[in-house]
Amino acid sequence: MSVFIIRRLMQSVLVVWIMSLLVFVGVNIVGDPVDMLVNPEADQAEIERFIKDLGLDRPLHEQYWYFLLNALKGDLGNSFIFNQPALKLIVQRIPATFELAIVALLMAIIVGIPLGVYAGLKPDGKISKTIMATSILGFSLPTFWVGMMMIMVFAVMLGWSPSYGRGETASLFGIEFSFLTWNGLRHLFLPALNLSLFKMSLVIRLARAGTREVVHQDYIKFARAKGLSQNRIIFVHLMKNIMIPVVTVLGLEFGGLIAFSVVTETVFSWPGMGKLIIDALNNLDRPVVVAYLMIIVVIFVVINLVVDVLYSILDPRVRLQDLKG
Amino acid sequence: MSDVPTLAVENLETHFFTKAGVAKAVDGVSFSVGRGEIMGLVGESGSGKSVTGFSILGLVDPPGRVVGGKVLFNGEDLIGASEQRMQKLRGNKIAMIFQDPMMTLNPVLRIDTQMIETVLAHEKVSKETARQRSRDTLAQVGIPSPEERMRAYPHQFSGGMRQRVAIAIALLNKPDLIVADEPTTALDVTIQGQILYEAQKLCRETGTALIWITHDLAVVAGLADKISVMYAGRLAEQGTIDDVLDHPVHPYTIGLLGSVPGHNTRGQRLYQIPGMTPSLLSLPDGCAFKERCEFSDAACALRQEITEPVPGRAVRCCHPQIEAAR
Repeated sequence: MSVFIIRRLMQSVLVVWIMSLLVFVGVNIVGDPVDMLVNPEADQAEIERFIKDLGLDRPLHEQYWYFLLNALKGDLGNSFIFNQPALKLIVQRIPATFELAIVALLMAIIVGIPLGVYAGLKPDGKISKTIMATSILGFSLPTFWVGMMMIMVFAVMLGWSPSYGRGETASLFGIEFSFLTWNGLRHLFLPALNLSLFKMSLVIRLARAGTREVVHQDYIKFARAKGLSQNRIIFVHLMKNIMIPVVTVLGLEFGGLIAFSVVTETVFSWPGMGKLIIDALNNLDRPVVVAYLMIIVVIFVVINLVVDVLYSILDPRVRLQDLKG
Repeated sequence: MSDVPTLAVENLETHFFTKAGVAKAVDGVSFSVGRGEIMGLVGESGSGKSVTGFSILGLVDPPGRVVGGKVLFNGEDLIGASEQRMQKLRGNKIAMIFQDPMMTLNPVLRIDTQMIETVLAHEKVSKETARQRSRDTLAQVGIPSPEERMRAYPHQFSGGMRQRVAIAIALLNKPDLIVADEPTTALDVTIQGQILYEAQKLCRETGTALIWITHDLAVVAGLADKISVMYAGRLAEQGTIDDVLDHPVHPYTIGLLGSVPGHNTRGQRLYQIPGMTPSLLSLPDGCAFKERCEFSDAACALRQEITEPVPGRAVRCCHPQIEAAR
């Protein structure tokens, strides 16, 4: 196991480095931030001084070299707009986004798995057909439209929950979280539900497909032949088998949740990373864009590692140390 | 009490209601097995022998359904018994061993989990007691160092070892009846021999009745006390093992025994029964074997009843080959 993790960490470093190269070059060859940032009345000398200050006069490979050296020290450059370290700007926003993504993920699992298993056990029932038809809506309706409809129905017409912001937060380990206060929870519910609808549909379909496949396996029939109760068969013998694909896919999709949160955060004015990156892209704030993308890369790499480890716990046939050869 | 057999199946009918029509997988099968007795249930693929086994345990999946007959287990009719009652009997009084050892154990649960749950499902004992009994049973079926092996997962066992584990699970609660559905078909011959020996010893010692479903006549010859031959969902011939194998009376049994390679002279073409098994969807009213039978005539088109042309032998045929047998 530990050999596997060390090997994976080394691979991860390589992946992060290659991504840094792609991201840095990609972001630095589009647009010209100087036009956006410099006072239109500035003269040529001032503009040149400004360019020199930002280091934009040097060739790209030199800029990248400095970026890399600083990045190793934990400095991803200063935001052009806020004149603050880009990393700090993003890290401040991470808890809000993660909170949203994790709550959305939990909603998807808690609602999706029971519905999916039910639909798999009784594939011809009316309720199952309704569940499956609804899950198609979850897949196909665009997130931003559903978000706006939710605001209209639940916030504007019914007035059940607020429509924007994080609400009151409380501190845990020195980080502000919404889910710790009632007011914050009410703010959290709609955006998290909005973000989770797509994943919920995915979980329903995965759980249903898994259940349909597993119930016809010999080992389920054998479990019945052993005289086990229906509950034991469903919650132990069946669940543990269908969790394998669900965990794999959801783990990988967690990164997608964070990426998709751009839309939800914008619709619900949720002060997370997604909102920051949209603003940074509009202003060509290169260091913030680069720092954001680098953080996303790191998150994906870490998630993949965690999924592999979880997978080996769920499925004993996957022996991580066996991957050596 | 002693004259009530452990299991008496009377006129069992299990049909599958498919879109293409009703498949009569089991159509009027009767037999009985007493304490410590071993019965071989023989037939080719699709003859309904596995479905018979599942019908006894009430494990026939839709679209299949038991539509008639009785399954008397220690005198109690299991057809129409409640699901709770069946759940209590399964794995406890009636155990089953499946054909493919690679598929019968849950791949993501440890062996000890799968054994202990079988004990705990039927008895209020401590987990430690259940574990101990599981370990002893594993040792009984010949798993070396059972204490260690119990903590392993199924994929860490070979096919033969897995089948031993499955057999151990069947034995855990000391059942009165074991239905073994081709349990040695997927194993190599040496392992098969060991398992047959263990099975026989067990029945003699504990008085467990055993139904051994197979298509391998050699296995039955060495193992069983009596034999039932099935063809196209119906019973063709039934009797003690020596009688039937030495003097078959039903033309199908004669053909089946004639096809065993050992009966042929070297260099000669192997004997085979002409024709093919009829589709279960369109079985004739009369004898299902008449198209392939050299003795068939007009009488075969009528519904055949079970007769006893020779004492102690049940045969469903209007032309029993008594002279040929002698």
